[in-house]
Amino acid sequence: MNVPDDLRYSPDHEWVRIESNRARVGITEYAQDALGDVVFVQVPSVGAAVTAGSSVGEVESTKSVSEVYAPLTGTVVEVNDELGDAPERLNDDPYGGGWICVIDPADPTELDRLLDADGYRELIGG
Amino acid sequence: MTPEPSTPEPQPATPSPLAGGRAASAPLLGRAEEPTVFELSSPGRRAWSFAEADLPFWDAADLVPAGHLAGEPVPLPELSERDLVAHHTRLTQRQYAVDVGAYPLGSCTMKYNPKLADAAASLPGLARVHPATPSSCTQGWLELLVALGEALAEVTGMAAVSLQPPAGAAGELTGLLIMRAWHRGRGDGGRTKIVIPDSAHGTNPASVTLAGYQAVTVASDERGCVDLDSLRTVLDDDVAGIMLTNPNTLGLFEEDIVEIAGAVHEVGGLVYYDGANLNAILGVTRPGDMGFDIVHLNLHKTFAVPHGGGGPGAGPVAVTEALAPFLPGPLPAVAGDGTYGWETPARSIGRVHGWHGNALALARAYAYVLALGGDGLRRVAEIAVLNANWLRRRLAGTYDVPHDRPCMHECVVSAASLARARGVRALDVAKRLLEEGFHAPTVSFPLVVKEALMIEPTETESPQTLAALADALVRIAEGASSDDRLAPRTTPVGRVDEVRAARRLVATFDARPPGARAPGPDGER
Repeated sequence: MNVPDDLRYSPDHEWVRIESNRARVGITEYAQDALGDVVFVQVPSVGAAVTAGSSVGEVESTKSVSEVYAPLTGTVVEVNDELGDAPERLNDDPYGGGWICVIDPADPTELDRLLDADGYRELIGG
Repeated sequence: MTPEPSTPEPQPATPSPLAGGRAASAPLLGRAEEPTVFELSSPGRRAWSFAEADLPFWDAADLVPAGHLAGEPVPLPELSERDLVAHHTRLTQRQYAVDVGAYPLGSCTMKYNPKLADAAASLPGLARVHPATPSSCTQGWLELLVALGEALAEVTGMAAVSLQPPAGAAGELTGLLIMRAWHRGRGDGGRTKIVIPDSAHGTNPASVTLAGYQAVTVASDERGCVDLDSLRTVLDDDVAGIMLTNPNTLGLFEEDIVEIAGAVHEVGGLVYYDGANLNAILGVTRPGDMGFDIVHLNLHKTFAVPHGGGGPGAGPVAVTEALAPFLPGPLPAVAGDGTYGWETPARSIGRVHGWHGNALALARAYAYVLALGGDGLRRVAEIAVLNANWLRRRLAGTYDVPHDRPCMHECVVSAASLARARGVRALDVAKRLLEEGFHAPTVSFPLVVKEALMIEPTETESPQTLAALADALVRIAEGASSDDRLAPRTTPVGRVDEVRAARRLVATFDARPPGARAPGPDGER
């Protein structure tokens, strides 16, 4: 299971990539594999204030509907609108074209509470 | 194939009898394509003819404001009765149904419904009564409804019942509205949360949201039951109640149920029983004795009302004495002089269904209760549980059994090892089972089990049928290969591309030939 070393992870299977003080967020390869074929993604609105652990969106697969939780507190500054027409990107490219939103974090030290790649690998059992 | 008219150029005013439409007949089984009713349609053909009316005739334009009138008639299919009946009969012959064979669709209790219940519900005195008939002329009907309510109260250990809700989810919403009315009645209407276990039926959080509450999830422990410590961390003065099934969706009995109910009551919340799994405990134990306050029953699962084709079902709600004044009404009731009538409870939440619910479904349920009696209902639960446990043990060496302890009326096994070793997932096993002549079990549910196969054999399958079902599941696992992703290959319709159907939904029929159609969402025609 691909767990890139340069990302941080939440226990709810979201990943975070820091790009010049902003945090790009998506769901992990493990998460997309467990969900199965994704058929619909609801992304947050640009400008929405989000709290770490609160819902920022929804991913619907042929098996279930799951919430996506904000890994960090902050403001949504960008969302991946292309997922509306191409939800399969979450399956095909979870760490790339399948990103969900970009958050401007209110408190960058929150990042330290997230797991590193080794910690996340341990969580998902290798 | 469209037959060609043998005469040249039919006059527009008198279309050829062969214009439009197509003939259809098909082999009884097999994969011959069945045309839609639109393809069978022929202009002007009808399945009805009305007698000449001697009443005045109004034009729709005189009665309906112009803005609300359609510019042209809706293009409905036009068929003769003969062709319409043949079309639907052919479809039924390609369908799998409870009356055809075992239907182990977990959580759904797809048991065989005895024809006795159909016969009772077909009695003209029940079937041919208009719901507006004065109660002085429907005393028998009302007596039946009162007696059914009493029987359901006895089975659930509750004080009073409303038979109005037409389905399980309608019963859930009704129960939650009763819960809210009760809290408000005590001046405690500020509560916003309902607790739901992570293994709950999907309808539970949906009903909670519809009722205006917020769903809070509580985790299951490694035994597959509600974790009491986790539960206590989410319980506070903001909790209006908890929704539970017992046995839960893993088919396991919540052994701490009395403590769970006590903990919720301690913070002032109510305890709701989702009756989807009542078949497991019928006549053995009762939700009322476990501490539940509100119960819905799925008569279309447990009490011989057919389901699976869209109903009509029945989801009566039973409550404790304290909640009885809030039930939806009017309720059938017997007066001191022995006559039956209708009464609305003092603080009723109002109607939740037109007339008196799905009355003929209720008549079926009453026939079933009378035919089995108390002893018979208890045997239902005992044999349902025995059958599920026999299957669980029989499948244990072949499939993963995540919670390997005695189950109730259904068992949950997992295809996770099979998926890792051979790339064959729960969905593929389910599709392969169709080829073996059985309906598929429920897959991918409950969500807390990976590659779940949820098997509910019910009490109505013989030991021979259970053995054949188990043999088929073992055979599928032993022969598993990547070809299974193409299953089912022997059914009238093969593997449906459900991913594409969900991603590129096209919900309207286009009768034009493929090249002339409007492009679909993915640009295809």
